[in-house]
Amino acid sequence: MGTFIAIVARDLKLSFRRPSEVLNPLFFFVIVTSLFPLALEPDETSLRTIGVGVLWVSALLAQLLGLDGLFRNDAEDGTLEQLLLSPVPHGVLVLAKITAHWIVSSLPLVALAPLVAIAFRLPDGALPALGAALLLATPTLSVLSAIGAALTLGIKHSGPIIGLLVLPLASPLLIFGARATDLAGYGEPTAGPLYLLAALAVLAISVGPLAVAAALRVGVE
Amino acid sequence: MSGASAPAAVAAGLDARELAIFRGEHCLFEGLDFNVRPGQVALVVGPNGAGKTTLLRVLAGLAPPTHGIVRWGGADVRSLPVHLRGEIAYRGHADGLKRELTVRENLDFCRRIWNAGASVDAIAAELRLDTRLDVHGRNLSAGQRRRVGLGCLKLGGARLWILDEPTTHLDAAGRDLVIDWITRHADAGGCAVVATHQPDELSRPGTLVIEL
Repeated sequence: MGTFIAIVARDLKLSFRRPSEVLNPLFFFVIVTSLFPLALEPDETSLRTIGVGVLWVSALLAQLLGLDGLFRNDAEDGTLEQLLLSPVPHGVLVLAKITAHWIVSSLPLVALAPLVAIAFRLPDGALPALGAALLLATPTLSVLSAIGAALTLGIKHSGPIIGLLVLPLASPLLIFGARATDLAGYGEPTAGPLYLLAALAVLAISVGPLAVAAALRVGVE
Repeated sequence: MSGASAPAAVAAGLDARELAIFRGEHCLFEGLDFNVRPGQVALVVGPNGAGKTTLLRVLAGLAPPTHGIVRWGGADVRSLPVHLRGEIAYRGHADGLKRELTVRENLDFCRRIWNAGASVDAIAAELRLDTRLDVHGRNLSAGQRRRVGLGCLKLGGARLWILDEPTTHLDAAGRDLVIDWITRHADAGGCAVVATHQPDELSRPGTLVIEL
């Protein structure tokens, strides 16, 4: 546990010392989502219809933006090799790095999303469901992206390839997340899609780090 | 010693059997057998491009050999059991420190990851980094970065040191310190495999020389 916290703390510290990597995806999210209402007919129904979709798609893409450096930064300066040789179990190491990445990339997004939703005139009732769905979907997305980042460690400028790898796998998150937000907007119960998102998160967090660790070992060769 | 499947004749320490490494189609070496006993230092020598770094990475378990097996304490280095993990330290050309972190933060992170009891301040003083502890990695010279990397090695307390030209970028005092550390490490029962272009520096009776 001590080593887990040490790795998370180190990665958070590193992110705050090169803030552009954290801020760029957030700016992307805010800019894309605020441009849509400007370009569309400013009537409430059409905004509301596409709002949920735009929000989720931009959140997904924003997550992918900051991803390339997840393992690459450590691989380039040799610290990844040191971490892999250290007594820290590889699963713990990977989970710690994913946790740190999730804290800096997803939590701000979850906090921003309700504000953006207001621009799309989403009903107030949908906001809690939107937050909950994002909170449940982003850990899965972080794990999936980590698998992509680890598999493409040997490739320079792997961003587009990570997208190709991760986005198809992430489509259930998009479907259930958007569905939960939609249902809440109509005042219907959202438990179904939220439970499914939670189940996916549990699956991803328990199995994913082992897959990432295996990919990393191949990646450093 | 663990590994029930290992042959009875497996020796303690680092053991390489019938090692062959290809880079693409090109064979760097094959049929390499050697054993580094506890307390012994092995020097890897050879011209540029002979495969010294590749061999060291294979010995550390970071890359698989094309053929053959490397064992540490009887277990395959590619799948070490829990109680042997962290016994192997590798220091390559990259110094393995974060440019955004200060010297103290880098060393302290190593200490926590390796669960080491050693004191960061004592190591830093030995490396003459004690006045640079609050400097960020990116503001250090190449030699100072190398010193931080070596500080992490010392902090980790691994039993097998695998070092790729550890004295590069170091001044005379730094070289002497590294040689002193390796000698003391071996005297305390540790193993070391060192790739070097100056084998004379570390040669002493009992030193194994691996020529590629």
